[in-house]
Amino acid sequence: MSNTIKVALVGNPNVGKTSIFNILTGLKQKVGNYPGITVEKKIGYTALDQNTKAEIIDLPGTYSINPTSIDEEVALKIILEKGNKDKPDVVVLVADVENLKRNLLLFTQIKDLGFPTILAINMADRMQNNGITINVTELEKNIDSKVILFSAKSNQGINELKEAIRDYQKLSTQPIFDFNSLPIANLNCQTYFDWLHITHTNSIATEPNKEIKKIQHSETVKRYQLINQILKNSYTKDTSKATGLRYKLDALLTHKFWGYVIFFGIMLLVFQSIFEWASVPMDLIDQGFALVNDTLKEILPAGKFTDLITDGLMAGINGVVIFIPQIAILFLFISILEESGYMSRVVFLMDRIMRPFGLNGKSIVPLISGTACAIPAIMAARNIEDNKERLITMLITPFTTCSARIPVYIIIISIIIPDTNTFAGFSWQALTMTILYILGFLVAILSGWVLSKVIKAKHKSYFISEMPEYRKPIIKNIAFNVWDKTKAFVLGAGKIIVPLSILLWFLGTHGTTTFDNAEQIVTKQYATANLAEDALQDKIAAFQLENSYMGHIGKIIEPVVAPLGYDWKIGIAVIASFSAREVFVGTLATIYNIGSHGEDEDFTLIKDVMMNEKRPDGSPVFTFATGVSILLFYAFAMQCMSTIAITRKETNSLKWTVYQAVGMTGFAYIIAFIAYQILK
Amino acid sequence: MTTLDTLVINQKAIISDFDEKLIPLKLIEMGCYPGSEVTIIKKALFDCPIYLKINDTYLSIRKELAKEISVETI
Repeated sequence: MSNTIKVALVGNPNVGKTSIFNILTGLKQKVGNYPGITVEKKIGYTALDQNTKAEIIDLPGTYSINPTSIDEEVALKIILEKGNKDKPDVVVLVADVENLKRNLLLFTQIKDLGFPTILAINMADRMQNNGITINVTELEKNIDSKVILFSAKSNQGINELKEAIRDYQKLSTQPIFDFNSLPIANLNCQTYFDWLHITHTNSIATEPNKEIKKIQHSETVKRYQLINQILKNSYTKDTSKATGLRYKLDALLTHKFWGYVIFFGIMLLVFQSIFEWASVPMDLIDQGFALVNDTLKEILPAGKFTDLITDGLMAGINGVVIFIPQIAILFLFISILEESGYMSRVVFLMDRIMRPFGLNGKSIVPLISGTACAIPAIMAARNIEDNKERLITMLITPFTTCSARIPVYIIIISIIIPDTNTFAGFSWQALTMTILYILGFLVAILSGWVLSKVIKAKHKSYFISEMPEYRKPIIKNIAFNVWDKTKAFVLGAGKIIVPLSILLWFLGTHGTTTFDNAEQIVTKQYATANLAEDALQDKIAAFQLENSYMGHIGKIIEPVVAPLGYDWKIGIAVIASFSAREVFVGTLATIYNIGSHGEDEDFTLIKDVMMNEKRPDGSPVFTFATGVSILLFYAFAMQCMSTIAITRKETNSLKWTVYQAVGMTGFAYIIAFIAYQILK
Repeated sequence: MTTLDTLVINQKAIISDFDEKLIPLKLIEMGCYPGSEVTIIKKALFDCPIYLKINDTYLSIRKELAKEISVETI
């Protein structure tokens, strides 16, 4: 009969908890979400002996049992909640050899809760370099538990750890800290659980009891005194042997001038690779889907069902998969920057600059990632501990100019801005593009400033950011991280993009009787015109679109978009763009009947047709005013289903998702309206 | 006696006192309590945030928080 032991991995951030989890569980791990929140829940399995296996849950890093962020709250719920199904039989506290003192604080707290707690000290292989010696027997005696020295690099100590987990029932469950030494006699609490309940209730109360807070502070100081006693005869550190790597690198990387230069250099590299490296796999994905689609069209019988599969379902899946290269590359860089310890330096450099805008040093990463794609950018905001600053970052990130806006900008700019003129050696077209990028960034941070005045913070928050040691990133950890994040995106965004894409397909390909009889009507209409077969097909496609449900919607919304200078056709392109902005050019191509089904998106051809497009009164549609209005609308409007989906997932708030979508689109409308009315 | 934010780079001090109401528990948990040795490593633009070492922990805090911590220089 097999026996499963539930194990919780607990520890401070940056102690190598993930490494030990990956070594123990290998590929036998899965990532899920805790109900209702987006903090990842990682569970893995490992065999301890023939009859026993361990179910290991990797909890988010936390400094203590008193939570200060969502991640920490999750970690603690599992341990503190009575009857939680993930409640562990044994806790493995992963500690960093260089900072054992601080790591032991959490150890004493967990042990006091009555859990058998194994102390696993990581980076045992670095002890010698750092002049650290540990007397394991003495330490085990002092903490009344089992101590394992292990190395994530050489796998040293892993078997010992498995044995200790298997034999967890031999471990003591006695508390280690004399809880009664605190002045809590009149507070009616018998156990440490009761006390934690009191302090937790107090910390989220609107008016916290100062006396309880004071006792809690003094408890922490007393725990440290106990820890000093524990380590006195079991741990020595010869500081003269400490390596100067941190100081040498920090002298450069956090330099008041060079620090910023290096940071922007790295960002440029990231930026460049997202555009350059990702374009190859993205083209391959596009071609692959085109190939599969063509094959499907050939082998499946022609008809509505085949169209649904190829133009609806496959197009939707393509819309998700196409983002994978950018997301994977971005997360690759972010993981490396985090694992190496560099990210904390960026936070240090940027905090002062971002603060006036309701943001935090860590907000810079999403803002810069957003120039590629808002989806991974919003996911990158997870690194921000403070709830309010994280929320503001997620809300403003979609204002930065993402790559999907580029095709829209290029075609409109090429129509309304002549490329002959130059200004100080730059073409007006390039300058307009640059202005749009700057505009996006400015609006992003200004909205941050506004939001910071509006949003109330739930907890009073402080900026305390650990500056971890520099470390060579472990490839295995990075690979797992990139895989998990990318998978989470594909599944999360896919659930929304695919059905929407099917809906758009339906609206564009169905209509009332006029739609169904399009072929006859158009053929009759042009019977005498003697059109070539292709041209006739174009006319039919255009007529069908006008009479499809989407066309009807376009006519209905025309009064709404007319003040912005758009006709019903642009209106449809704008509506279709709410699935993804890059749809704009393709939709207009279909509408202006280029290519029978809008597949031929030859750039100059579309541009020429658009420039020649006339309103009923004979004036051109794409005037300077209309063009500027379109540019501004696309710069500010929330027109990306995937981003809305990811905001919903990451903020876990329908309210803020709606505010963001409505707020951005409303703002875009007003600005485009003003611009058009002034310029027309 | 002075406060943490006035120390210069590489200066060492011992934390002597602070108003518990103004100091978040997290900072104490990171090892910042009376008696701990603190060293200033670096200051960012406009001297904020401040990068420091307390016991064996390296962290950065904003100047407004550092102002609340009294230290005895050594």
